Amino acid sequence: MTDRLIVAVSPHIHNKESVRKIMWLVSLSLVPAGAAGVIIFGWSAFWVIFWAVITAVVAEGILQLLTKKKVAILDGSAVLTGLLLAYNLPSNVPFWLPIVGSFFAIAIGKQVFGGLGQNIFNPALTGRVFLMACWPKYMTTFVNPGYDAITGATPLAVLRHAKMATQFSYWDLLIGRHGGCIGEVCILALLIGAAFLFVRKYISWHIPITYILTVGLLTFIFGPNGYFSGDWMFHILTGGLILGAFFMATDYVTSPLTYKGQIIFGTGCGVITAVIRLWGGYPEGVSYAILMMNAATPIIDRFTKNRIYGTNRNSSRRAIS
Amino acid sequence: MVRLAECKDKTEHKPIEVLLLPKKVYIPLSQHLGKICVPEVKVGDLVVRGQLIASAQAHVHARVHASISGKVTAIQDWPHPVLGRCKAIVIEGDGSDKLSSPSRITQAEVDSFSAEQIRNIIFEAGIVGMGGASFPTHIKLNPPKPVDTLIVNGAECEPFLNSDNRLMIEKAKEIIAGIKLVAKCVGAKNVYIAIEDNKPEAIKQFQSICDKRYAISILKSQYPQGGEKQLIKNVLRKEVPRGKLPFDIAVVVQNVATIYAIYEALYLAKPLYERTVTVTGSCIDNPKNLLVPIGTPIKELINYCGPITTKPAKIIIGGPMMGLAQFTDEVPVIKSTGGVLLFSEKEARVLEEEFCIRCGACVRECPAGLMPCLINLSSEKSLWQQAKDYGVADCIECGICNYVCPAKRRLVQTVKRAKLEIAK
Repeated sequence: MTDRLIVAVSPHIHNKESVRKIMWLVSLSLVPAGAAGVIIFGWSAFWVIFWAVITAVVAEGILQLLTKKKVAILDGSAVLTGLLLAYNLPSNVPFWLPIVGSFFAIAIGKQVFGGLGQNIFNPALTGRVFLMACWPKYMTTFVNPGYDAITGATPLAVLRHAKMATQFSYWDLLIGRHGGCIGEVCILALLIGAAFLFVRKYISWHIPITYILTVGLLTFIFGPNGYFSGDWMFHILTGGLILGAFFMATDYVTSPLTYKGQIIFGTGCGVITAVIRLWGGYPEGVSYAILMMNAATPIIDRFTKNRIYGTNRNSSRRAIS
Repeated sequence: MVRLAECKDKTEHKPIEVLLLPKKVYIPLSQHLGKICVPEVKVGDLVVRGQLIASAQAHVHARVHASISGKVTAIQDWPHPVLGRCKAIVIEGDGSDKLSSPSRITQAEVDSFSAEQIRNIIFEAGIVGMGGASFPTHIKLNPPKPVDTLIVNGAECEPFLNSDNRLMIEKAKEIIAGIKLVAKCVGAKNVYIAIEDNKPEAIKQFQSICDKRYAISILKSQYPQGGEKQLIKNVLRKEVPRGKLPFDIAVVVQNVATIYAIYEALYLAKPLYERTVTVTGSCIDNPKNLLVPIGTPIKELINYCGPITTKPAKIIIGGPMMGLAQFTDEVPVIKSTGGVLLFSEKEARVLEEEFCIRCGACVRECPAGLMPCLINLSSEKSLWQQAKDYGVADCIECGICNYVCPAKRRLVQTVKRAKLEIAK
């Protein structure tokens, strides 16, 4: 017995979490929104999700083989990237668009940085803005709900052009009865998934709530009919805000480590989103807002370190910055 | 801080049993922080239980005493639970439990002891911090600054262990008497007895016999509640400034087992030559709390608690969070050994390390307020200065970051490495 003992550094027990478990459960939390997307937009939505996920997994595997890394396609992270990318696409795009986007997301968004945990930008959003830059026509042509595939505008685009979008009731917006990307329209389904993540403690309120509140506040203050006249509820319920705030801004890899940093990150996302929506050239700004704040994450981390035990706020900053 | 799966139920209600006197003990010459002791006996000498067998000239050291009566058969290198190997005095027992000074000191005599005398008796008894740090107690009880608060550490936050818990349940009166002496020794006016709320029996014991002068702090069961600085924060709501020691804020913390040893030294003139050890784990049929002579190879403890049901793949001395995995079951129990854990193949499985996904769990839970994942990354890239800037020196190596890490990163290992590199 004495010659066969395992010697390792403490601790000798671990909790039951694993990267794989987290990734699969976050993917699971996105299922209601995807299902709602398929119900709202029909089978075309399903195929977009299908191609995006399959390509993400295959691309991950090929690149891991090529770079002689351990092939870990079943850790759920590629599936999650594929899902999130698909959720950010309209349902009526050609089948190759999610394939190209997904490949770009995995290759340029993730693997060039060294794979899981190393990337600076959210891979799915990297893929999305790439598609947006290359094929804007496909990316901004939305169909109205139903199986008749009549193209229509998203509520935010309607608002931008007409300054008013009264044909959408809050209830329509909540259940997703309007044009938009596959995974972003059904707020109710997204909230179910988000609630699951909250219960499992995989996400905390710090990023999503500050993000949403900031967008709400700014769109209320800078309303179309003068200050404090904005329809903040409309802004919260439309576009990719809920999807982005709960599922993409909270991406562990690309968001700050401390709660303090996360509050700054969420607020920053909110400000940029509101600025783009209110004064920018696009009706929607969630993707760009999150990507820009991703870039700011290292600097946020640097200035929002935790207070070390036994130090006061100032001395700890001086000591470690 | 995190509430861990406690796994204490197996030995929680098992009274402390006295281990049969071992035939042979291996008493290491170093069981404390400080200078290693020099033997005061020769091979072939006859010794009795409690007899002084090793000491050192230096200020920082703790004396070593014979834990059984018999003959010194060798002074040789032997496996050591903390140091790997260390010179040890081997005593072959004669089976009697004759004591060197079987006297009982009267209450009046004890009351007449001055602080200096108390410290001296503690020094002569070779008492060290029995919670794990093994710092010589006579030095700790002689703080260079005046102290007004004594915290008695009965948190025992490590899972599986019950040695302190059982001691508190069975020896509460003695511990209270010991507390009185320690408080007198350091001049503490305020005394807090800190116990985690998962030890209701111990709390009840103290509440029923403790007089009003001592406050019983019932703490949430969370790890690492028993860490000295964490305990001070949670009992007194104040922190020990960075780089300072508890006495800098007029506080002294003592573990209950140490206090019991102090009681024994003063009331029974008994040096520290035995201690309570929890022997548990899924591999043995009869987990127990044992009173064990120092120097007993853990093999004997395991056999006593047997039969072994599954072959243990990992033997840990201490708790599962901070304990040390041993390479042999020949290692002896020393003054700081609170537990012996036997983990099966499945429990001891080495988990595969993955990339850090920056989930921030370690950052949220770190009781020292550090960012363990960043220290880990700096250390892996051999950026020792960066690790230092992140405050690696403030790490108490409690292991909670490692416990919660979903990527199973070897955070504690890299911290230990960084500390060694910086010390170079």
